[in-house]
Amino acid sequence: MARAATSQRKVLNTALAWAVGFLIFFPILWTILTSFKTEAQAIASPPIFLNFDWTLENYAVVQERSNYMRFLWNSIIIAGGSTILGTIIAIPAAWSMAFVPSKRTKDILLWMLSTKMLPAVGVLYPIYLLFIKMGLLDSRAGLVIVLMLINLPIIVWMLYTYFREIPGEILEAARMDGATLKDEILYVLTPMAIPGIASTLLLNFILAWNEAFWTLNLTAANAAPLTAFIASYSSPEGLFYAKLSAASTMAIAPILILGWFSQKQLVRGLTFGAVK
Amino acid sequence: MATQHSRSAARLMMAPAVILLLGWMLVPLTMTLFFSFKKYLPLRGDSMANGLEWVGFDNYVRFVSSSSFWPSIQATLIIVGGVLAITIVLGVLLAILLDQPMWGQGIVRILVIAPFFVMPTVSALVWKNMFMDPVNGLLAHLWRAFGAEPVQWLSQASLPSLIMIVSWQWLPFATLILLTAIQSLDSEQLEAAEMDGAPVLKRFWFIVLPHLSRAITIVILIQTIFLLALFAEIFVTTGGAFGTKTLSYLIFQRVLESQNVGLGSAGGVYAIILANIVAIFLMRIVGKNLDA
Repeated sequence: MARAATSQRKVLNTALAWAVGFLIFFPILWTILTSFKTEAQAIASPPIFLNFDWTLENYAVVQERSNYMRFLWNSIIIAGGSTILGTIIAIPAAWSMAFVPSKRTKDILLWMLSTKMLPAVGVLYPIYLLFIKMGLLDSRAGLVIVLMLINLPIIVWMLYTYFREIPGEILEAARMDGATLKDEILYVLTPMAIPGIASTLLLNFILAWNEAFWTLNLTAANAAPLTAFIASYSSPEGLFYAKLSAASTMAIAPILILGWFSQKQLVRGLTFGAVK
Repeated sequence: MATQHSRSAARLMMAPAVILLLGWMLVPLTMTLFFSFKKYLPLRGDSMANGLEWVGFDNYVRFVSSSSFWPSIQATLIIVGGVLAITIVLGVLLAILLDQPMWGQGIVRILVIAPFFVMPTVSALVWKNMFMDPVNGLLAHLWRAFGAEPVQWLSQASLPSLIMIVSWQWLPFATLILLTAIQSLDSEQLEAAEMDGAPVLKRFWFIVLPHLSRAITIVILIQTIFLLALFAEIFVTTGGAFGTKTLSYLIFQRVLESQNVGLGSAGGVYAIILANIVAIFLMRIVGKNLDA
């Protein structure tokens, strides 16, 4: 009887959880569905859920009119560039903090985290001014630098928590065998740390991809990534639901897929190792 | 183990990250502080080259005494408080639900986590147009289906609408962290309590909730820091109209839209102080965790 009760509970849990999950996911599903409708069907009353004439026209129009590929390319360069650059700078720092800790390591880590708390709007004008002076306004290079700096604390932290899990004895053994510092990092540490480095890259790529303060304020026509591309639909053009949906779907699809792979790392990365 | 040699090498390896972050923090911060004591209206010909007029604490006083200051503080508190309340309460419930045995747990998790990966401009626009539009939005259809008058969401109920959008984005984050915390709960303890005849609510109140308290604190602190800096959602939906002008949005308008850099910078200093108060608490918790 007890078994019947538990399996009954399992059915109930499953039904409830699926219903909630569906409800939460619904806005995304609705956006994806609408992107395949014609504009008339998109605003039909009552709303049409599945039995419409599926069309790819909106995708073609969005690409043609607003040159989606250009924004996509900017997003890839900015998010990818800032993440890779940040990781290259962070690996040695995280390595030294994890394996040669000093009394100040903890303070440095916390201080790095504190730079992340700086409200962006508080330093908007100085950065804006510096960008104008250095000719970086509306350039991909400028955004790569800014997003790298914003995410650097998270990258260092994530790598640090991963590196700390690598047993120090292995490094000592390598050192005994005469490995130099460079050998140690390149041939011993890096292979062991690859899963950690990969998830750090993934999460920070997602964060950079979705960043929507600096990308909106420091770009215009040239370097605008997908965040800005979508924001341009807030004009009356946004009333074209099917096209808005197609543009939105194209902007979020790559990250949605990547994001599902990174959900485990998300917790660790965004809580700075405080929740594992 | 660490020799003098490896220690100096370690310092050298840390240097690029430390120097970059130090510059990123100090240079703009110094400039903001500097501007906050100056009269700086670039559109009226003020420029650094011509020298800026020193006005003391004028900007600080004017920022606080302007008619939009207190409403902006109010809007900020309502949005941050509202989103925190919704995401924490629903997050705890959802985490408990997802922790139960069920079929297709992995898929449900994926569905629940998805909104977190949607870029802020997309979620704001999709909600604004396809759900909250008073004529063609899905919610309007729903309201009409029940014979009710559709709500002008973003103008008549602007703050609740904004809270709804932002909560949708952050609920996955809260849920995921709370779920991770719940999974580390010792199930034997719960079973023992169950066998002793403790009712569900008591078990939740005396075992689950205390176990989650640290995770809840962390969710609150991290979300607060992000929510205080909320920007794209407001920018895209209301543009700061209908009482949705938060402190950071007000500063943004002062600095970039009306180009009153001195005044905006003074506001920026206030925002930095505010964020730091929250940050200190977060650092304490994270710092404690480092020792463990």
